[in-house]
Amino acid sequence: MTVLQLIFYAFSAVAIFSGLMVVGSSNPVRGALFLVLSFFCMAGLWILLQAEFLALILVLVYVGAVMTLFLFVVMMLSVNRVSVQEGFVRYLPVCALIVLMIVGLMIMVVGPERFGLTQIPMPAAFPADYSNMVSLGEVLYTDYVFPFEVAAVILLTAIIAAISLTHRQSKKHKSQNISKQIAVKAGDRLRIVKMPSEPKINPTGGQ
Amino acid sequence: MNFTMPVFSVAIPDIFMLCMAAIALLVDVFLPKKKRIITFFIVQATLVITFILTVSQYIHYPSPIITFSGNYILDKLAIILKMFICVVSFFAFAYSREYVNERHIARGEYFILGLFAVLGMMVMASAYSFLSIYLGLELLSLSLYAMVALQKDSVDATEAAMKYFVMGALASGLLLYGISMVYGATGSIQMFEIGNLLVNSTPNQHMIVVLGLGFILAGLLFKFGAVPFHMWVPDVYAGAPTCMTLFIASAPKIAAFGITMRILVEAMPSVQVQWEHMLTVVAVLSMFFGNVLAIAQTNVKRMLAYSSIAHIGYMLLGIIAGPNSAEGYSAAMFYVSTYVIVAAGAFAIISILSKSGKEFEQLNDYRGLNSRNPWLAFMMLLLMFSMAGVPPTVGFFAKLGLLEALVEAHLVWLAALALLFAIIGAYYYLRMVMYMYFEEPLPGASSTPIKLAPDMMIAVSINGVAALLLGLFPSTFIDMCRISLV
Repeated sequence: MTVLQLIFYAFSAVAIFSGLMVVGSSNPVRGALFLVLSFFCMAGLWILLQAEFLALILVLVYVGAVMTLFLFVVMMLSVNRVSVQEGFVRYLPVCALIVLMIVGLMIMVVGPERFGLTQIPMPAAFPADYSNMVSLGEVLYTDYVFPFEVAAVILLTAIIAAISLTHRQSKKHKSQNISKQIAVKAGDRLRIVKMPSEPKINPTGGQ
Repeated sequence: MNFTMPVFSVAIPDIFMLCMAAIALLVDVFLPKKKRIITFFIVQATLVITFILTVSQYIHYPSPIITFSGNYILDKLAIILKMFICVVSFFAFAYSREYVNERHIARGEYFILGLFAVLGMMVMASAYSFLSIYLGLELLSLSLYAMVALQKDSVDATEAAMKYFVMGALASGLLLYGISMVYGATGSIQMFEIGNLLVNSTPNQHMIVVLGLGFILAGLLFKFGAVPFHMWVPDVYAGAPTCMTLFIASAPKIAAFGITMRILVEAMPSVQVQWEHMLTVVAVLSMFFGNVLAIAQTNVKRMLAYSSIAHIGYMLLGIIAGPNSAEGYSAAMFYVSTYVIVAAGAFAIISILSKSGKEFEQLNDYRGLNSRNPWLAFMMLLLMFSMAGVPPTVGFFAKLGLLEALVEAHLVWLAALALLFAIIGAYYYLRMVMYMYFEEPLPGASSTPIKLAPDMMIAVSINGVAALLLGLFPSTFIDMCRISLV
């Protein structure tokens, strides 16, 4: 086993473990932290694939920005821990069955006999001056300009959706309408209610 | 590096729509609240002009063009799907105007997000690689989730949006996993290349592609809402604002049909036996569960949701028959596009009747509709007859075409099953008609005549009469479907 393989297995094992813990941990903050860990491991795997630019972006954007924000939200929401675990036992048999079926299928198909080096030969090593960023930049605005633009539109849509869903009509905003205040009449504010007078009570307290 | 400049002119309708969406967004920001209706008119004008541009493309580009480095295709299928999508969305937005207005849903955002959803469908219609298919699908879905949730004061709508979002995300995950399998086997995400590479695939490649196909189909059927991936459909249809249900039930089905054709027929004909088997199971289950569960519903929106599951089952029959018969695919396309028109009409009537805060969605609300508004009841009758497949309406010809294709493909047992389920389905459509015509309004419910805005009346009339006229003169429409799928 080479060193590279050792690193690969270490990162993969931690990634799978933290992925499971994201779902399994009852504390949402811990879950978010495990998600950070799994992103980090994925970044490690991408570096092994020589996609160092994407790996760094993953760490910077997801770990650095998105997950930090996410952690803030989770902490502020203070999710009820009991409610998270409700229905776990009830749905376990069905879920376990589905998971077993999918994992079984994957084990049957995804393996060295189909994805091994004989089926898919090792790609040629890159030259020393190879830059991940340059090759990405070359195709991003040329071959992939159409998907790139559509992705940009998706982001725009997400912004519109997020703003329109969180934006409330400014009901909280209270202001004085001075002309209305001046023009007010007594009749608008004061209502005189006619009531029958109460029966007279004997001031001496006798019945 | 070798790079050929993309032919931008073939994407003119999409580019125009994107520009107009951005303009509408900016205009909406600066409009005073009372003039927000202008946004609505910009959106509708955009749809009309896009439709005209697409029609002109139909004349100018007789042969398919693949451009944007294989990510984009303009062929007859794409053009005709785009035309259908524009028309149906135009009607969906026209119906929404009043409903959205009455319920204080953010009007500008609703129509702008709607326009982005239509753009997503246009991208799907002419996507020719898995990447653009996926991105188009996400653009569509993201807009739809937000549009469902826009009715912020309704708990049902929020719940529906949440369910729709979670299920949709799961479906996208499944689809992506399947795509990664196909990419792993072929090393390409472009439809044409995959199709070529898979013609003489090794057994190993074949096995991987079949697994990928399973996941891709699961993702697609989730979006279609076919059994066993149908759980979200009734909840979302019933919980969403009715105008939104109308939109979800209509145009996206056409776009989903488009990407299904691209993936199954153009990229994966080599695993046709496998997808035929999978789709057969799904189609039979959908027809069965859709029709049987619809009988038990008392809420009209839920009933129509189950009926949509059943109709998706019928549509899949056409795709199953496709490889072995001349008319299968065009029958499926005819079925889905006419179903969409009919479903839009039915949901439109529900949304028009839901006035002054009261939702008109229980089956009992429709008792004696004939005495309250005879024309509207007649339109509903036409739409229900069409869904049931009663002869002069278009639903009959759609089902007839499917059955013909099935018999031609030597799948008589499927045709017999489809007929059996259609008879079960006729029960609840005709029950609706019976309630409207032969029952009195419930005591306590108002029996006053219902008055409608003239523009709504015109739109519904066009929709209902289309169900009849397309049934009387179906040939042009059928020819269009045939042309697009040669």
